[in-house]
Formats: sequence, C-alpha cells, structure tokens
Amino acid sequence: MKRRDSLKTITLSSLGLAGLNPQIAAAETLTPPDVKPVKIPGGRQKFEAERDAKLMAEKFFTPQELQTLTVLSDIIIPADSRSGSASQAGVPAFIEFMVKDQPRLQTPFRGGLRWLDNQMVKRYGKKFAECLKAQQIEMVELIAYPEKATPEVSQGVSFFNLMRGFTATGFFTSQMGIKDIGYMGNTPNQWEGPPADVLKQYGLTGNE
Amino acid sequence: MDIPQIKKAPKVYDVAIIGSGAGGGMAAYQLSKAGANVVLLEAGGYYDPADPKYITQLKWPYESPRRGAGTTRAFGDFDAAYGGWEIEGEPYSAVKGTEFHWFRSRMLGGRTNHWGRISLRFGPDDFKRKSMTGIGEDWPLGYDDFAPYYDKVDKLIGVFGSKEGLKNEPDGIFLPPPKPRLHELMLKKAGKNIGIPVIPSRLSILTKTINNERGACFYCAQCGRGCQAYADFSSSSVLCIPAVKTGKVTLINNAMAREVLTDAKTGLSTGVSYVDTVSMTEQTVQAKVVVLAASTCETARLLLNSKSARFPNGLANSSGVVGKYLNDSTGASRGAFIPALMDRKRYNEDGVGGMHVFTPWWLDNSKLDFPRGYHIEYGGGMGMPMYGFGMGIEGLNGKVAGRDGKMKPAGGYGAGLKDDYRRFYGAYIGMAGRGEPVPLESNYCEIDPNTVDKYGIPTLRFNYKWSDAEVKQAKHMQDTFEEIIHALGGMPMGNKPGPENNYGLEAPGKIIHEVGTARMGSDPKNSVLNKYSQAHDVKNLFVVDAAAFPSQGDKNVTWTILANSWRVSDYIIDQVKQKNI
Repeated sequence: MKRRDSLKTITLSSLGLAGLNPQIAAAETLTPPDVKPVKIPGGRQKFEAERDAKLMAEKFFTPQELQTLTVLSDIIIPADSRSGSASQAGVPAFIEFMVKDQPRLQTPFRGGLRWLDNQMVKRYGKKFAECLKAQQIEMVELIAYPEKATPEVSQGVSFFNLMRGFTATGFFTSQMGIKDIGYMGNTPNQWEGPPADVLKQYGLTGNE
Repeated sequence: MDIPQIKKAPKVYDVAIIGSGAGGGMAAYQLSKAGANVVLLEAGGYYDPADPKYITQLKWPYESPRRGAGTTRAFGDFDAAYGGWEIEGEPYSAVKGTEFHWFRSRMLGGRTNHWGRISLRFGPDDFKRKSMTGIGEDWPLGYDDFAPYYDKVDKLIGVFGSKEGLKNEPDGIFLPPPKPRLHELMLKKAGKNIGIPVIPSRLSILTKTINNERGACFYCAQCGRGCQAYADFSSSSVLCIPAVKTGKVTLINNAMAREVLTDAKTGLSTGVSYVDTVSMTEQTVQAKVVVLAASTCETARLLLNSKSARFPNGLANSSGVVGKYLNDSTGASRGAFIPALMDRKRYNEDGVGGMHVFTPWWLDNSKLDFPRGYHIEYGGGMGMPMYGFGMGIEGLNGKVAGRDGKMKPAGGYGAGLKDDYRRFYGAYIGMAGRGEPVPLESNYCEIDPNTVDKYGIPTLRFNYKWSDAEVKQAKHMQDTFEEIIHALGGMPMGNKPGPENNYGLEAPGKIIHEVGTARMGSDPKNSVLNKYSQAHDVKNLFVVDAAAFPSQGDKNVTWTILANSWRVSDYIIDQVKQKNI
C-alpha cells in the first residue's frame, strides 16, 4: 500500500466514519495494514478473489519444468487440421495454476517430471526437453500405454496418466478446445428435443 | 479487541425466523404477506442471482482459472452455493467408527442455491411407513393434510411434470415438461423393455412464465448456478426478495444464531441472540414467535445450545429426542459408456438444469429384502466441458474399436488420442439412486462437549451408521443400474461396487437430504413437535425446516418443506388471531 493510501485509511477511521460503533472500530484495527484491495470479479466471493490473485502472483514450476510440461502436453494433444495444440490452448499455464490451487498435485507433477528427466539422462544423457524428438517419443511410447507398459516404468505410467488427464481438461475447457469438441450450448435457446435427422439415425420417434 | 458487549434492540417483532432457505423463505413470505412484522436472520451474506455481482450463469469454463474445479466451492467455481461440507472456523466431529458429512451454505436462500430442483410430493404411503412395515415412524399427518399445500406451492413456485396417476407419486399442477434428450429417449425405450418406468422428471423450473416477476427458462442447463431470469426456484429469488419487498421483513444478513432466548417464568421464547459475523459483536432480536428454519442439523444445534435452568437439556427437549432420528437419503451411482452414441452429430443439447426424465420407485418392498424404495436420476448428454473433462480416458479407449474397426491399446497420445476425445463426447450416461433410509434413534447429532466454532458456539458431534436396510437397498440399485446399462447396449464404467464398499452407498450427509432431528409426533414423550410443527414444550416456538420430518420417503424433501412451512405459517396466523400465542 502506498503511504498516501494508508494515510487515507487512517483518516477515515479516525474521523469516525467506521468508528461509530466502538466494537467495529476495535475489530478494524485487526486488519493487516498492507493488504492490497483485490478487484472482485462477478460471481466470486471476496476470499476467493483474494486467494486467486495470490495464487496467480506465485510461481511453482521452474522455467525448465514448464518447458518439459509444454513439450509433453503438445505430444499428448498436437495441432491438427481442426485445432491447435495443447500449449497453444494454454495447458501449461492451467497446470501451473492447478498445482498451486490444489497443492496435493505438486509432488505428483514435480516428482513425475524428475522421474522422467532421470530416465532420459540414464538413457540418452540429457533431460527430456533437451533430447531429440525421436528420443522423447521413444520414452513416451514406454509409458503411454498402461496395459502394455513394463513394471520398471510403472511410476512413469502413473505420471503420464496424470499428465494426459490434465492436458485433456486444460485443452477442452479452453476456447479453442470447446470449439474443437463442438459444444454448442451456453446460450439462450428453445429446446425442442433432438433434431429430426438425429431421431431418424437412432430409429427413435421422440415419443418413446 | 474489546470484550463484546451485549446490546438489546428495543423493537419486538411479531416473528423471528432463523434461516432463509426453503422453510424460512416460505415462512417469511407467508407471514409478511399476512401483515406480520418479521425479522429474518441469515448466517451468511446477501445473494441475488440477477445481480451481476453474484452471476456465474452463462460463464465459460476458461473464465475460471481452475476451469470450474471445486477447490473453494464443493460443486465448483460456478455453483451458486457458497460453503460446502467444510467451512473454515465452523468445525464438527463424529464419534469414532461413525460418520456424517454436514453441508452448509451460509448465504441468502441457504441450500436452495444448491439442489437439482427435483420437486416431488410425498405419496400417501410415505406418511405411514411404520403402520405399513412395522419399522420407522408414522407422521401425525397424512397426504390429505398436505395435498392442498402442495397444490398451492405448485401454483406459487411452479413445477413441470406429467400426469401419471401413480399410486405413491401424486401428480401435481404441472407446467409442460421439456422433451427428452437423445440418451433419455434411449433410456425410456430400454426401460420399457425391462419393465422399469422412465417418466418426465418433476423440477421446479418455469417452462412457461407464471407471473410478471419471473421469466421463463431459456435452456442453459445451469440451474445450479442460480438463474438471473428467476426461472427456477431458489429461496432468495422466489421467496426472500419478494418478502423483503413487502416492507414487512427486516432481513439481517451475517447473523449467526447462538441461542433461542426464553423467559424463565413463562417458558416462552422471547427472541434470538446472534453473532454479527462482520463486526464480531453479540446482538439480540426480540420477537413474540420464534420460527426455526436453520436446516435440520443447525436447528437441532440451536435447540440443544439454548439451555437454561428451566430447559436444562436444551429447548423443547423434555423428550430427549432433539438431535435423534437424523437421516439422510441413501445414494449410490454408476456410469456407463454407450457405444451407439459415439461420433454424435453436434447440436445444443443443454435443456433445463438437470434430467428431463427419471425413474420413480416401481417395486413392492414387501417382496424384497429391504424395507424402503428409491428413485433413479439420470445424467448425460453433450454438456459444457468442465474441470475433469477427458480424465481417465485410458480406462475406456482400449475397449472400443477405432474408426478403422480395429482395437488399439488403452491410453496413448497424439492425433489418435485427440480424436478419441471427440468420438466419445456425449456418449456417457450416469445413474444415481436416491433412497429412503429407516430413521433410527441411534443415528443422532449432539453437542460436542469439547469444541466450539470461531464464534464460541458449541459445535455438533455426529453419531451415524447405515443399517442393513440401506446397504441392501444400495445393492439393489447397483444390480438395477447394470440391468439398465445392458438394456441400453452400454458398457458399465469401472468395477461394480460390492460388499467391500457397501455397494457404493455414499456416506451419510453426502446426499444433503438430512431430516428428522426435531420430529413431529402425537406423543410428547417421543417427539419434539406436534403436528403443526409447534414445540410440545414451548407454544410460541416452531420448526419449519426438515428437522420436523419423521421420515423422508424416497422423495427429495424441498417441496414438502415448502408445503409444511406454508401450512405452519397459516397455523401461526390462525393462532395469533385466536390469541392463543
């Protein structure tokens, strides 16, 4: 808080605007002096808006970790003729927010990334993000198929399942992903039942 | 901070109502319309689903940094209900080996901000289960007592449905139901083949306008977020805000009730003491009549905490029954993948908020090994992708042939995986059973001798265990779900829940339908309230939430809370006119 602002606050209280009730005035002095006012977006409670702002300002992943998340997410959901890739839809930033929002995710992600880098260094002498694309794919092939994978890489399979799930959610809840999946709602309309050609396709009349 | 001083407001209201949910909202509405001066105490803040300050309706998942995950709200960022099963500074406990999860929503409208708008009447049998089965308890009232009030609630608030003429699922005064979605038509067809009825659901959503204050549904499927057109029922928009507009209701937000006050000489209630949670000061209001509508467990907590020399076991508790017979709906669920729905044509399938069809209880318990019934709720369709979308696909995509007709290994990555998400979109259905439990004296809440909340109010300790009756009912649900899935040509998801996890029976409190802690009855020795929801021990004290209910049927109880609160309000008006209270 700027000095000028804190002076303003003191003046308000001391002029007695909030001090009409001595109990309220006493409670007010409990407020920490350096809390920055947060703009509360519509639909959010104050504590939620403050919490979100605090989390946004923090950093969890290192630039190197984020780089690996970016490469991995684009291997999971690459760009194609219909839409862009996971990282183009903001998946790494979404995962960065989620691990701060739900700290129980931090160790599975950070630890999983380290497991992956450790494997890559053993196999190719370099961390995942620095390896050649073909080497990255070779590793992914080992951990992307839970029913085919060998027991030696089971922790990698768990990490890749986690990564696949968060990549899918991050992508398909983005503007790009919603367009891709073809969700057409969230807008005022009149519901008249499934379209006639759909009923026909499924051998239904609508009066089942 | 100074030691809070207790201040006495000089005004004496006709009625003090604690809680602004379905029961409190209806009482405030009826009593204020009848001319009473009402003070309505709400533990949480103000809320109006039409005020942009509170609106989450029609927002997109990417407008939430967590894409709608439930980190700070139990049902996600966009859900209208603040609070949840855990609230900071407001703990509760459970006796070892038992559990109960207590959902609270501190805000105008309370828990009516979170519900499926499922608005079922109790049927004639639901009021007399003890007579019929020898266990549980009868109500001191029957369907005929409630029918006129159900009719009034239907007309005032609005509910859609269809006339079916079923014996224990009384028809109401219905608005037209929305047409079934594709998977719902498939469910109807499958149900016919195996003898399970699938009929239009009964939800309090306005498929047509009913007055000038509220708009009609515009089919965004988001009742759970609160409706800015007031096209669904929530107590804030439909009851509390109109009640305040009468000018007869003083709404006090952020008023966490501590005790019901009584006169030591007369034993009558005289008002309520509460904590102003913003200023953290102690306050009181005085009233000639006190109406509790704080929710089943909070109402019991208030009565038990309102101790005095005259009421040493808590207020209205000479029977010792306050807190006992706590019972929540049973719940068990299963999901399925419907291969026929893969690669669907896209169109807007939102519909109303919730299912367009459901299955009412269709069997005879006298021929089954469990004594109470359940209904089935259905989910599915091409809904808005939210947090969790696409997670766990490795459990499915190895079981379904690809576009080339060939099977491929589960999991994967890249272009093929991306295509799987598209192919599977809208091809899932979910089924959830909601059943009637047997109310037991041994399931109860009491005051925890060791703990207070952040306001210094003693907290609740729960003691709740399901009995064999509920576990067997859950087993039947799981068998039925698989029968329906197979009739649909679907693939059940995950493993079938079995005896190791009580057949997927949800923990008590998880369905948020709890009732029973201050039940009505004719005998003051084993009930708290008479048939007018009036305390046997204190004639100017009433309970209009579901604490008053001796049982809950397999029917979501909101419609019955509304009908009962209206009925009790009429009785209060009548008793005041007759100068009995």
